[in-house]
Amino acid sequence: MIALLMRDLRLAIRAGGGFGLGLAFFLIVVTLVPFGVGPEGAILSRIAAGILWLGALLACLLSLDRIFALDFEDGSLDLLATAPIPLEAVVTMKALAHWITTGLPLVLAAPLFAVLLHLPTPAYFWLEVSLLLGTPALSVLGTFGAALTVGLKRGGLLLSLLVLPLYVPTLIFGAELVRRGGEGMAVQVPLAMLAGITAATIALVPFASAAAIRVNLR
Amino acid sequence: MSIWEYANPVKFMQTSGWLLPWIIGATVLTLVPGLVWGFFFTPLAAEFGATVKVIYVHVPAATFAINIWVMMLVTSLIWLIRRHHVSALAAKAAAPIGMVMTLIALITGAFWGQPMWGTWWEWDPRLTSFLILFLFYLGYIALWEAIENPDTAADLTGVLCLVGSVFAVLSRYAAMFWNQGLHQGSTLSLDKEEHIADVFWQPLVLSIIGFGLLFVTLLLLRTRTEIRARRLSALEQRERMA
Repeated sequence: MIALLMRDLRLAIRAGGGFGLGLAFFLIVVTLVPFGVGPEGAILSRIAAGILWLGALLACLLSLDRIFALDFEDGSLDLLATAPIPLEAVVTMKALAHWITTGLPLVLAAPLFAVLLHLPTPAYFWLEVSLLLGTPALSVLGTFGAALTVGLKRGGLLLSLLVLPLYVPTLIFGAELVRRGGEGMAVQVPLAMLAGITAATIALVPFASAAAIRVNLR
Repeated sequence: MSIWEYANPVKFMQTSGWLLPWIIGATVLTLVPGLVWGFFFTPLAAEFGATVKVIYVHVPAATFAINIWVMMLVTSLIWLIRRHHVSALAAKAAAPIGMVMTLIALITGAFWGQPMWGTWWEWDPRLTSFLILFLFYLGYIALWEAIENPDTAADLTGVLCLVGSVFAVLSRYAAMFWNQGLHQGSTLSLDKEEHIADVFWQPLVLSIIGFGLLFVTLLLLRTRTEIRARRLSALEQRERMA
């Protein structure tokens, strides 16, 4: 499993664009928002949490279709499916590799981008917490969407249509956590819900993704 | 008589063909009087005026928008567990009906909301979760359309339906939580049934039954169409082989 993770990470780095592209996209979203809503700091600091979460979500979406597509095309997915480790574990490792290449850089870069959007100071901590807790769920759900569409020629747009509704709860609780944290309100409920959703998705969704891959390889 | 008998399409076609005229008749006999009674023979509610009429379409459509998804969930499970082919086709046939019901509920809701709340759209938890339900229907139908092999499509959409159900429910409760967090003390209550008089209640029940029968009619028709389409493609394939 570790070997598989390292392989995916190496592929992502050497193919180029694995780390950088998601981050660049995130930066562009953050840059474009003030052009859209106007430069007043008051408005920006109110919507900063939501923009950062949306940016993270879209950046994550951008690289989803590559999770399985290349392996499907060159046949390594067939090998992985018949490998001694269960396909569910393969899927989980793929999700982890995706998170390390897109989720983690976003988590690390988010405070920097938050400065551009005048995020209120007390919200920084909760922004980090919410992204750290929430982005793994985005990657795992993304592998499910990627698994469903892996056999399709032009699955990209369909993938977004399938995956984005699944992101709704994570987005709601994640953005709410930052907002409440920033305003100094009680954060237990969104914090617990966000962590719960992520834990449950990591535990259960790989089974659905593996089932979908098996169907697609049939 | 068990549902497993109807895994045989021939048996299903026979029975549904026999049932269909009766169900169409029953639909007409409940839906038309229900709507006519509701629209023309109920008094105007004091605080709502004529806009109250919209509930005879809105409430049944909304009820079935949710229940059709539940029905798709059950039929998908039956397909995934027992490879019941007609069941998979029924799920496929139900999805566009459910999507239209959701759309009707959203649009009639907007007609009601405009004079009552002064807005076509409000990010109320119920409205929001219906919009999300609509998106789930869209994704489900799009996935069916995108995959060529019918068995693969049935499997994948079945899995999507299971995962989607969990997340649709989750989104519903998340939206309730989110809206409370946004504007506290929002008093938009959609629980019409709680304070509704019998004059409005009786035609409403009739329309709900009518909508239910309408759904069954459309479902049978569409499932029969799907089965015929499947037969047609099988014939074409055989011809190409020969």
